[in-house]
Amino acid sequence: MLVIDNVTRRFGDKAAVAGARIEIPVGSMVGVIGRSGAGKSTLLRMINRLIDPSEGRILFEGADVTAMRGGELRNWRSRAAMIFQQFNLVNRLDVLTNVLTGRLNHVPLWRSLTKTFTDAERTLALRALERLGIAEVALQRADTLSGGQQQRVAIARTLMQEPRIILADEPIASLDPLNAKVVMDALRDINQRDGITVISNLHTLDTARHYCDRIVGMANGHVVFDGAPAELDDAVVRQIYGTDGAPLDERITSTAIIPGRQYATA
Amino acid sequence: MTTQPTGAASFDLMRTRIDAHRREKFRASLLGIAIFAGLFALASWWTDFGITPLIDGLPKLGDYIAKLFSTPVSQSSSERIPVVSLTHLFGDWDTKQSLLYWFYNIGTFLRLIVDTVAMAVLATLMGFSIAFVLSFPASYNLSPHGAIVWTCRRFLELLRSVPDLVFALFFVFCYGIGPLAGILAMGLHSAGALGKLFSELNENASPRPAEGITAVGGDWFEKIRYAIVPQVLPGFLSYGLLRFEINVRSSAIIGVVGAGGIGEELKKVINFNRYEDISAVIILIVLLVVLIDTLSGYLRQRLIRDARVI
Repeated sequence: MLVIDNVTRRFGDKAAVAGARIEIPVGSMVGVIGRSGAGKSTLLRMINRLIDPSEGRILFEGADVTAMRGGELRNWRSRAAMIFQQFNLVNRLDVLTNVLTGRLNHVPLWRSLTKTFTDAERTLALRALERLGIAEVALQRADTLSGGQQQRVAIARTLMQEPRIILADEPIASLDPLNAKVVMDALRDINQRDGITVISNLHTLDTARHYCDRIVGMANGHVVFDGAPAELDDAVVRQIYGTDGAPLDERITSTAIIPGRQYATA
Repeated sequence: MTTQPTGAASFDLMRTRIDAHRREKFRASLLGIAIFAGLFALASWWTDFGITPLIDGLPKLGDYIAKLFSTPVSQSSSERIPVVSLTHLFGDWDTKQSLLYWFYNIGTFLRLIVDTVAMAVLATLMGFSIAFVLSFPASYNLSPHGAIVWTCRRFLELLRSVPDLVFALFFVFCYGIGPLAGILAMGLHSAGALGKLFSELNENASPRPAEGITAVGGDWFEKIRYAIVPQVLPGFLSYGLLRFEINVRSSAIIGVVGAGGIGEELKKVINFNRYEDISAVIILIVLLVVLIDTLSGYLRQRLIRDARVI
């Protein structure tokens, strides 16, 4: 169980996240939706502790994540794996090495600094790539790959961490619709087969509805909705996307293009 | 959604603002040109730099070249100014003013040239290693603490601001005459110069891979090793080669204060007024520098293009 207990993060005077309270049981697939600047990214980064909360606590199975320091914190980061919108791979390293960096927290320093990985680790990395359908690019440099392939490398890296949670910060926002589907399918597969909790920030409402069994809606740093996709009605969508009561067709949040139809963009 | 100002009023407002913006930029350009021109004028006036003396002296350059080729060998001044003439330039060992006559001592000179290159290699490796280690704590985006950045930067500045010739004087005093003093002097100066350039490369490295390595639970050393070094190493090596070129030039001169290499010989032959030897040593130094520059330029091109370097 991951508990986000009244967490606030301020940047200057502005609260990016204000008093967020969320409880996420193990094995959930949660989508966090909201407009740009609603605080989704800050929320996710606080869970991995790339950003520290100004107030409140984050607990994982009773342990206070927000109080962790040093080696304990690095262990936690290894268990709460991150996926980024811009993939955050090391471009000049080959794909296999990028995937192997997922093991860094499990490897003694002399081995990591000399890039000495065991056969078992290399096998594990290749398996992870194979599972994501991109084993054949293992020796290519990361920056020679397409965006969709790079994001799958990033997912393979998280698998090497043997994480309890995967935090995906806009994983498909830089991808075309087909690659977006491949990446979301992979995340759902990991969630269902490995029982790893997946928390994903998403721009598109239809993706969240389709893939997630729970949706958290954020607006101006506040959690304004927390429930099943079916409970997400027009009124709530208007509140999340802040259309000031004007009618909103939720397809405008989608990247899917429906030919022959036009809708007002408020 | 966002409220967009519409209508002719806001259009006219933006037109006015764009015009104001353009006037502002024009004024900034004028100011820049004025500052440049002012500095140029001031410095020219102070140093008596000007076009007229430049043009006045120009014919003398022609005279010098003409004399080089026209002065007869027999004249006494030929001992002082090397006279270049096809009749004796390719003469045998005993012909005065021939290439072979100048290079009668070629064996010694070549050994000293190799000494000089070896000094430059050692000094560059030493400087590169020190700069590599210090550049990470000296980068604002990587250093664990601001005080560490400050300390490392001041230390590198100290190494950089002391010319290697001055370091060499100091080390000749400590370790005596010989290449060791020259190597240490150039090594320390190189460390300062390279450290500054390296830390700038580090600060321009993309933070995304670093964030990725932090997020998987990597520590500071692992972040440097996996996220920063692969990005900056080609640049490091390129700057290192450039420094090697500089050190080759430097080590040809640094011997003048007794710090080893061909420079020591240069000073000796100047002191003894052995003009043919001076000609030979200078020709060798020029050839060496051209050779090293060409070679290292080629290697740096390869580095930038080649993807296999880490």
